[in-house]
Amino acid sequence: MKKVKKLRKSTRSSLITYGLVILFFVIVQVMMITGNLSSSLRGQLVPIAAYIVMAVSLNLTVGILGELSLGHAGFMSIGAFAGVIVSTSLENQIANAPLRLAVSMLVGGILAAVVGVIVGVPALRLRGDYLAIVTLAFGEIIKNVINILYVGYDSSGLSLSLKSANALGLEEGGKVVLNGPMGAVGISRISTVTAGFVLIIVTLFIVLNLMHSRSGRAIMAVRDNRIAAESVGISITKYKLMAFVISAALAGLAGSLYALNFSTVVAKKFDFNTSILVLVFVVLGGIGNIRGSIIAAAVLTVLPELLRQFNDYRMLLYAIILILVMIATNNEKIKNLINRVTLMLDLKTKNDPKKGGAA
Amino acid sequence: MLKVNDINVYYGSIHAVKGISFDVNKGEIVTLIGANGAGKSTILNSVAGLLKTRTGSIEFEGQSILGTAPHLIVSKGLAMCPEGRRIFLQMSVEENLEMGGYTRKNQEAEQSLINVYDRFPRLKERRKQQAGTLSGGEQQMLAIGRALMSRPSLLMLDEPSMGLAPILVDQIFAIIKELNESGTTILLVEQNARMALSVADRGYVLETGRIVSSASASVLLNDDAVRKAYLGG
Ligand SMILES: Nc1ncnc2c1ncn2[C@@H]1O[C@H](COP(=O)(O)OP(=O)(O)O)[C@@H](O)[C@H]1O
Ligand SMILES: [Mg+2]
Repeated sequence: MKKVKKLRKSTRSSLITYGLVILFFVIVQVMMITGNLSSSLRGQLVPIAAYIVMAVSLNLTVGILGELSLGHAGFMSIGAFAGVIVSTSLENQIANAPLRLAVSMLVGGILAAVVGVIVGVPALRLRGDYLAIVTLAFGEIIKNVINILYVGYDSSGLSLSLKSANALGLEEGGKVVLNGPMGAVGISRISTVTAGFVLIIVTLFIVLNLMHSRSGRAIMAVRDNRIAAESVGISITKYKLMAFVISAALAGLAGSLYALNFSTVVAKKFDFNTSILVLVFVVLGGIGNIRGSIIAAAVLTVLPELLRQFNDYRMLLYAIILILVMIATNNEKIKNLINRVTLMLDLKTKNDPKKGGAA
Repeated sequence: MLKVNDINVYYGSIHAVKGISFDVNKGEIVTLIGANGAGKSTILNSVAGLLKTRTGSIEFEGQSILGTAPHLIVSKGLAMCPEGRRIFLQMSVEENLEMGGYTRKNQEAEQSLINVYDRFPRLKERRKQQAGTLSGGEQQMLAIGRALMSRPSLLMLDEPSMGLAPILVDQIFAIIKELNESGTTILLVEQNARMALSVADRGYVLETGRIVSSASASVLLNDDAVRKAYLGG
């Protein structure tokens, strides 16, 4: 009896979330068909989908696991560039674009997951905000590494260099896929709104099912009371890692989707500001609230576009709206999170040679 | 059943537990008594695997559990109910209990739940209630019930009477006695030495990380030094 009822309550909430996304997708499709969608808004649809997935996946780390990550965009970056490289390399082998997109995204997600393990294992074993520090550094490192990475593709396969595009020594007809600071160039734009929609649904399926599963409850137990969780026999590292790696993998998928929507992408796109932006989505949507993350990510991604008519006041209005929402959703969890982020930011500024307090 | 031999535990440079040895035999209630800061919790946390010991050995049922991960220790049948009623405040009573059965298979956990509800009808009445809204005594019962969900053969309790009204303290100790009578071996840590010694078979007296005396509970209850220091004269 009780089991059935409990199930129903969480299922109902999940169904509303799915319904919301489906409804949104249908409305967008109808507007596209009837020509009621401005082209600038239309161009935003795939990025919106990518950011929704970013926000939902970060919420898994921040809201459900209760760990602070300041480098979520780093995983997006890995997915983005891995996806572009795979897609370009398979252009001849897999002619079918949706299939190539799926394969590229999958590789991007898997690679991000692997990196998630590498970043997460040392950081999550420790108590305290080590994950925040490590992910902060990780985001910066990824950006800088991709900035000096040159990748080319020709009939002999992929080649790699840290010096220049010429050093790749490509054959006639070969392609530079990743051109150092210029980023990935000449990407064939195979991402679609439908792919974005499918990715959101898959993400929700994974995250919502995890949350309502036995493992999900263990993850939340670790968050709520580490010692109690440990004393009842929950393996802390295992569950922390599980949540974090799933979160990283989803960000990788989102990154591939995002990158394959543009003809060029630079590493700087996935810097610290993007990580913070996604964190803002999570905070505004409600920490631990998946539906909130979706709405916040969607609204805040289109908002700057919608405010375009106000020209110079655009970002000012954006900031004011952000602040108003912050005040409206004012609560303990957010204050606590903001304190933690500010602490990390202090640390970042102190160690940043450019802004260097020491010099 | 449990054999702790010459363990030393440090917090950074603080030497909290200094070469302690003790044992617990099957079927017993053994108590570690001592003032605040004597090192009682440190010892329990070390046995449960939550803290690392630098030297010495810890054996449970003849096997070394030194360095074993806490969740594996629980599945061996050694459970701890930590100090300060650390329950999951956001979860319901039943969800808390279910977390306690984490190391058990589903059917076993369901049976455990029935057993715990039989022992604590109060928890059954409030199974839907959010754990954070329970009274102090109920929270302590929940914490003990949750530890029982893993069906431990040895249950370690860290100051179960802490912060409870006298009538609730009596209830909790009655429960401990019952648990023991139904076959659970108990290692009990207490500042409330009188109560602890009244239910225990044997006791160890701790002072600043060392065991200063050990004897049967009745002997300790009548020991002049113990009476002076812990039983109010
Ligand atoms: N996390 C900690 N960090 C540093 N010192 C600690 C910590 N926990 C306990 N201690 C110190 O270790 C000693 C023993 O503490 P504890 O085991 O909690 O004692 P008890 O449970 O007997 O009150 C005390 O001196 C205490 O200050
Ligand atoms: Mg203590």
